Amino acid sequence: MPIQVLMPALSPTMEKGNLAKWLKKEGETIKSGDVIAEIETDKATMEVEATDEGTLGKILIPEGTADVAVNTPIATILADGESAADLAKAPAPAAKAAESAPPAAAKAEAPAPKSSETKAAPAPQAVAEPDPEVPAGTEMVTQTIREALRDAMAEEMRRDADVFVMGEEVAEYQGAYKVTQGLLQEFGAKRVIDTPITEHGFAGVGVGAAMTGLKPIVEFMTFNFAMQAIDQIINSAAKTLYMSGGQMGCSIVFRGPNGAAARVAAQHSQDYSAWYSNIPGLKVVAPFSAADYKGLLKAAIRDPNPVIFLENEVLYGHTGEVPKLDDFIVPIGKARIARAGSHVTLISWSNGMTYALKAADELAKDGIEAEVIDLRTLRPMDTETIINSVKKTGRAVTVEEGWAQSGVGAEIAARIMEHAFDYLDAPVARVSGKDVPMPYAANLEKLALPSAAEVVEAAKAVCYR
Amino acid sequence: MAAPKKAAAGAAQDNIDGGSPPEFTREQEFKALREMLLIRRFEEKAGQLYGMGAIGGFCHLYIGQEAVVVGMQMALKEGDQVITGYRDHGHMLATGMEANGVMAELTGRRGGYSKGKGGSMHMFSKEKHFYGGHGIVGAQVSLGTGLAFANNYRGNNNVSVTYFGDGAANQGQVYESFNMAELWKLPVIYVIENNRYAMGTSVSRASAQQDFSKRGASFNIPGKQVDGMDVRAVKAAGEEAAAWCRAGKGPFILEMQTYRYRGHSMSDPAKYRTREEVEKVRHDQDPIEQVRNRLLAAKVSESDLKAIDAEVRDIVNASADFAQHDPEPDAAELWTDIYR
Repeated sequence: MPIQVLMPALSPTMEKGNLAKWLKKEGETIKSGDVIAEIETDKATMEVEATDEGTLGKILIPEGTADVAVNTPIATILADGESAADLAKAPAPAAKAAESAPPAAAKAEAPAPKSSETKAAPAPQAVAEPDPEVPAGTEMVTQTIREALRDAMAEEMRRDADVFVMGEEVAEYQGAYKVTQGLLQEFGAKRVIDTPITEHGFAGVGVGAAMTGLKPIVEFMTFNFAMQAIDQIINSAAKTLYMSGGQMGCSIVFRGPNGAAARVAAQHSQDYSAWYSNIPGLKVVAPFSAADYKGLLKAAIRDPNPVIFLENEVLYGHTGEVPKLDDFIVPIGKARIARAGSHVTLISWSNGMTYALKAADELAKDGIEAEVIDLRTLRPMDTETIINSVKKTGRAVTVEEGWAQSGVGAEIAARIMEHAFDYLDAPVARVSGKDVPMPYAANLEKLALPSAAEVVEAAKAVCYR
Repeated sequence: MAAPKKAAAGAAQDNIDGGSPPEFTREQEFKALREMLLIRRFEEKAGQLYGMGAIGGFCHLYIGQEAVVVGMQMALKEGDQVITGYRDHGHMLATGMEANGVMAELTGRRGGYSKGKGGSMHMFSKEKHFYGGHGIVGAQVSLGTGLAFANNYRGNNNVSVTYFGDGAANQGQVYESFNMAELWKLPVIYVIENNRYAMGTSVSRASAQQDFSKRGASFNIPGKQVDGMDVRAVKAAGEEAAAWCRAGKGPFILEMQTYRYRGHSMSDPAKYRTREEVEKVRHDQDPIEQVRNRLLAAKVSESDLKAIDAEVRDIVNASADFAQHDPEPDAAELWTDIYR
C-alpha cells in the first residue's frame, strides 16, 4: 500500500509550516535518506528526508503552500510493484491530520473540547489593544513575537553602542529559537557574542561588564538553565546597587523563554515568575502581546536596573499588531486592561493570558463579563490597576502556569485582601499549574497546566454561579 | 605518597625566574612600606574595634598578605580595575580609598563607602576603579572577567586585576571564566592569593593540583608562582602579567604564595595550624619587615621610619575615631538605592 509522507514538526511547539520546495518530482525513485523537500517556519528551514524507499507517487501539497499543519500528508511514496493506480487505495488524505489539533494548540484548549470543534484552533492571536501611549491612527504592522523581540534588540543596538547581546547560539546559529536572527550580520561578532555553554560564568561576565556601564542583553536558552547562574543574578546583579550605597549599579537584561514549552518534561518546563519577582533590586517583566514584547524589551534594555525578561516559547510564533513608531516604548510597571468587564476580574500575564482571554469569551456566553488584566510586569507590580478593577467587580481570579504555593497569584490575592478587602464579594480564587513536576506524557502535561475551563470554573465559583 | 609540604609561604626558590627580584628605588621602598603599614595598622585597629563590638558580622583581616596587593598596585596604570572577595580592606586602601570611609563602613555608619549598607565584604569605589568586595566565594572571578570583557569591548588597554584565594580556586565558575577569558583574549590578571588555608582547610586537604599557577593549563593560560611576601617580586610579576594582557595575549595567572597571620575571620579559633607555624612565617618572611630591613641596611635612619609609622597611626586612629562618632545611617536609607 502506498506510504504517506506527513508534514513533520521541527520543534515541540511547531504547529504549522510552509512547504518551500520539492526536490523530487512525481515518478522519481527515492531511497531512504534522500532529501525530498524543504519546509520552513518563521524560525528555520529544514530538509525533509524520506524514511522509505520507492517512487514518489503523488505530491499532495504543492511547493509554495503556506501554513501546512503538522501531520498533514504531503506526498505518497509507492513501493516496488505499486503504480499510480494504487494511490486510490491510500488512506484517504482527507486532511484529517491537518485538522486535528497539534499538541501545543491542544494544550491551550479547554480539557473537553466540544465534538463540534473539528477545525484546528488557530494559534491564539496575541491581543494587542493599543496602549494609551500609542497615538490614534498609528500604523500597525503584524509581527510574530519572535520578530518583535529581534526588532527591539536591533533598534536599541543601533541607538546605543554600549548595548550588546551574549548567550548560547545567539550569533552564528541565529538563536536557538531564532530570536536573534540577523543580529550578527548587522552588528558583527563584537556585539553579538556566542558563549560557551557556561551559564554561571557568562552571567557573571555580563554583570561585571554592566558594572562598568555597558548594557548587556544576556540570553538564556531557557530560564531553566539560568538556575546555574542565579547566584550572579541575585547576589551580584540585584544587590550591588544597595550594597554600594547607590554607587555601582547594573543595567542588564536577562532574557529567554520561561515556563512550559510543550512535551519537554520537568527540567525544561518550570515557570520562574515567582522566584525572580521575590527579589528586591530586580525588575521582572513577562509580556503576552507582540506589541508589549517589543515595547517592554526596549524599556528593559534602557532601564538602569537589572531586568528579568521572561518570554514564552509557545508564544514566539504568535502574531500581533505592533505600532509602527520610531521609538515604541511600553513602560515597565504598568498593567493593561486587555478586556473590560464588570462582573469578575481575571489577572494573568505571559501565556496565562491565553487561558484568561479564552475563559472570558466562554464566560461572556453565560452572561458573565470578565475584566482581564494583563500584568505585563510582575515587579514592580501594578497594584493600583488590580485594586481599581476589583473595587469595580468585587471578585478576582488569578491565572498562572507556575505553582500555587508562594506563587504570584498568592501575592496578588494578598494585595487584594490588604487593599480591597471590603470590596470583595467572594474569596480570591487561584488557577495555577498543578503542584507536580511537569510530566512528559501529553495527557498528563495537559492536566498539569491550567486551562481555560478551570478559569471558567473558578470565575463562576467566585460569582456564585 | 604525601604531597611535599611547601616551604612556608614564600617558597622563594619557586619564584618566577629563580633569581632575586629587581631592586626597588628608595622611593619605591618607602612607598611600599607606607602602603603596607597602612593596611597592617588599619587591620589591627579593625580587629580591636571588632573586639569592642563596634564592628559587627564578619571581619576578615588581611594581615600578613599586604605585599600582594601593594606590589600589584605598583604594577598598574590609571583605569585598571581591581576586584576581590571578602578579605578586601587591604585592596581598598591600596587602590587609594580613604581609611575613614572604609572604617566607617565597617562600623555601619553613614560616612562609610556604602553608607553603612554594605559592611566589611561589600564596598566599592567607581572613582578608584575598585569593583568590590564580594561575599560569595568565587563570584568575583566571573565579574572580574566581565570587567576585562568591557575593557576589550571599549578597546581602552586597561587590565582587570581579579583576586581570589586558594579556596575560591576550586569553584566551578573560575574555570568557566578561564575558558572565556582565553577564548576571547580578555585582559585579566587572575591573582590567586594562596594563603594556604581556605577557612580551616589547608590546600593539601582541598586541592588536587596544589600548584595554582598551573590551574589555567588546560585553557592555555600561562601562570607563575610568585613569592607573595616580597613586594618587589609581586610588582615584577604584576608588570609582566600586565604587559602580557595589554599586548592582547589574553589572561595571565599569578599564584601569590602568601600567609595570613590572623584567623579566617574574627571568630576563628585557628585549631588547624600551630602557633609555631604562624610565628615562623612572621619571623622569617614578614613582608613589612623585609622592606624595613632593606631600608635600614641602606642606612635609612630609624627616625625616618618612625615618622612613617607615626603618619600611618594618625590616619588609622583618625579613621577609628571617625567611624565611632559618625552617625548611623538615617532610617530613610533603608529604602534607598534599591533601584535607580
